[in-house]
Amino acid sequence: MKTMIETRELRFAYPADEGKEPVFALRGVDIAIEKGSFTVVLGHNGSGKSTLAKTFNAVLLPVGGKVYVEGMDTLDENLLLAIRQRVGMVFQNPDNQIVANVVEEDVAFAPENLGVPTEEIRRRVDDALKAVGMSEFVTHAPHLLSGGQKQRIAIAGVIAMQPDCIVLDEATAMLDPIGRQEVLSTIHKLNREKGITVVLITHHMSEAEDADRIIVMDDGRVAMDGTPKEVFTQVEELRSMGLTVPDTVDLLDRLRHSGVDVPLDALTVEACADVIAQAIARN
Amino acid sequence: MEPILQIRNLTHTYGVGTPFQRSAVEGMSFDVYDGEFLGVIGHTGSGKSTLIQHLNGLLKPTSGQVLLRGRDIWAEPKKIRDVRFKVGLVFQYPEYQLFEETVYKDIAFGPANMGKTGEELDRCVREAARLVGVRDDQLDKSPFELSGGQKRRVALAGVMAMEPDVLVLDEPTAGLDPAGRENLMANIRDYHRNKNKTIILVSHSMDEIAQNVDRILVLKNAHVLMSGVPAEVFQRAEELISAGLDVPQVTRVARALRERGLDIDPAVYTVEALEKQLLALRKGGAAC
Amino acid sequence: MLKDITLGQYFPGNTVAHKLDPRTKILLVVLYIVALFCAKGIVTYAVMGLCLAVCVRISKVGLKQLVRGLKPVLFILLFTGILNLFFTPGDRYLVEWGFLRISDVGLRNAIFMVLRIMLLIMGTFLLTYTTSPISLTDGLERLLNGLKKLRVPVHELAMMMSIALRFIPTLIEETDKIMSAQKARGADFESGNLIQKAKALIPILVPLFISAFRRADELATAMECRCYHGGEGRTKLHVLQYARRDYIALLLGVLVMVLVMVLARFGL
Repeated sequence: MKTMIETRELRFAYPADEGKEPVFALRGVDIAIEKGSFTVVLGHNGSGKSTLAKTFNAVLLPVGGKVYVEGMDTLDENLLLAIRQRVGMVFQNPDNQIVANVVEEDVAFAPENLGVPTEEIRRRVDDALKAVGMSEFVTHAPHLLSGGQKQRIAIAGVIAMQPDCIVLDEATAMLDPIGRQEVLSTIHKLNREKGITVVLITHHMSEAEDADRIIVMDDGRVAMDGTPKEVFTQVEELRSMGLTVPDTVDLLDRLRHSGVDVPLDALTVEACADVIAQAIARN
Repeated sequence: MEPILQIRNLTHTYGVGTPFQRSAVEGMSFDVYDGEFLGVIGHTGSGKSTLIQHLNGLLKPTSGQVLLRGRDIWAEPKKIRDVRFKVGLVFQYPEYQLFEETVYKDIAFGPANMGKTGEELDRCVREAARLVGVRDDQLDKSPFELSGGQKRRVALAGVMAMEPDVLVLDEPTAGLDPAGRENLMANIRDYHRNKNKTIILVSHSMDEIAQNVDRILVLKNAHVLMSGVPAEVFQRAEELISAGLDVPQVTRVARALRERGLDIDPAVYTVEALEKQLLALRKGGAAC
Repeated sequence: MLKDITLGQYFPGNTVAHKLDPRTKILLVVLYIVALFCAKGIVTYAVMGLCLAVCVRISKVGLKQLVRGLKPVLFILLFTGILNLFFTPGDRYLVEWGFLRISDVGLRNAIFMVLRIMLLIMGTFLLTYTTSPISLTDGLERLLNGLKKLRVPVHELAMMMSIALRFIPTLIEETDKIMSAQKARGADFESGNLIQKAKALIPILVPLFISAFRRADELATAMECRCYHGGEGRTKLHVLQYARRDYIALLLGVLVMVLVMVLARFGL
């Protein structure tokens, strides 16, 4: 498997007030994101997860260490546009990333910046809107759409750059459950059908269940790294980092403590019900 | 228990006489009892936001009434401001309304508007700050220096400091991380317990509602779909699901277990309760 | 409510007036304004009025909407009218009440001045009613392109204008929200004298400014992430192109202007 993004001993600190020591938001992160994978980065507020995401397309530059996007060093200014074209970013507040007051104009913004010929822009805009299921809204005004729809427009705006990777920086945090579902199914589809690498930053545990890999950040470092089953079964560790586990795992954990022989790694409702029913039947 | 708020046949129509005419609330009737913790759930567009802005007179009903302790709040339109002191409303993302130089002054804005001064004002501010976990040394700071979660607490304190009889909270935990959500809800539960004031919690999260409230009001398409204690509401899980709403994950597990032939109450909604039932079932050794 | 305010509102449509290139329409409005200032007498004003009427007819914009656009400037209209009516010296006075005198020239000036402003406003409104803000800024950018050589940041100005237009509804909605939130804390925007009223605005303006800065900051980052790097090498989804109708419209516009100028020479 090829590597999409790689960080090496990545350190980052926000500029501090004069006379104060800078506080490091990232204190040595070494990860490699595989091409085509779906990775969820979890962590409580202030764990460094959002800062990490912003180093992936050179919005923030390392203070120490390196970030490579498809082998390109993000510190190299000459590569800035190439890096940003490859790694698209969707942010938290849907209202603050929409540039134009017509949907198609907004989706066209990135290809326009990249100097893509007009006919090609048209094709990309239509394709991108189709990919996020918003084709019927081509000429709508974005401010009249729902939160989930606005985020899908933002995703389409990124897709129109034809990136290899999309980073969603808490892009579901301000949405209601329906909007969140819209966004999640959209990016899962893009990952599956177009092979786009997805990095989803979130603190909603339920969004991590279907991921290939979960990275848990704590205090500027990678605290856990593994498949959802591997991560979610470490109930105590997750709780100590201010995170919760899905209720299914919580229930199984409690049952185990009461001496019921159930595995911990049944994350979904159905799997959880299966293992419990089996354990009770054995009894 | 006495109803503190009575909503009678409330309708609110936007854009009357234009092609965009639309009723956000239509013929809603329900009571809110003194001292209860009421949860309101429904997805975007169900009429939640419009409804709660009627409770403190920010919006005027197109028809119908809102009675506060038996009196129509619009009986004397000039005194509508007094209603806002009795029914405190905390909007979504309330940290975006902070404006004062210090946390203290910002919390004092509401009670000062009520005409409170001196020691009385000071007591209200400090008590509200304590209730939401804002430390004394933070009171002299600028609210803009605080973290997102802290700002949210200050904004909440700003409404609590008016000591309203009813506190309406619109998505108070939106955008917070799990620990932040749990902390804030614990503050709100403490407030409810200590002050014995009525709380109306509006939320998207069925889990949050299930874990905190005495009674649930479910809204759908501008109407009240159902209301009752959590066990009653989750008993009707099919209806909730078909209304596009979630049921707590625990309830879904319980229902899945029933499908597999286990004798479990399908309306159970806390992990503790389901665990207890399962352990009892195991002791009994019988799967029905 | 604040949401009802419309600023340069655009009514989508599919008429020739909508289809014309925005550059053509901007130029036509310029010609129209020049002609309007040349107009002197009944005949020339009638020609201008006729022009506007024809354009309104073509654009299928309701007369009601056009007249509604005059509402905000009603005060200016009245003020200009009264000023001209009473304070223009003339040869003959029609009415005299103490120091208030209406001269024949005054009456004429008042009528024509008010007419001129009305025609001016309705004409420019017709432009915004039939042209979406985005093509309007686009048209302006292209028209002013030549100024780039003089180091005028035309692209940047156009970008700022279109972003401002984009954020007007968002900020209006936000103002509404903040107002409601402060009202819920007992803020009172209605009573008190002017100073108290001005002071009551602080709880709205401070959060609004802070939020506007936050939005600007986030938007700038989002734009950079989408490879924005100024106007250099930028292409367009919609490229403006003159069609036959544009040349015809411009020709007609120039003809009307010349006609009005000639007629005005004869004092008509």
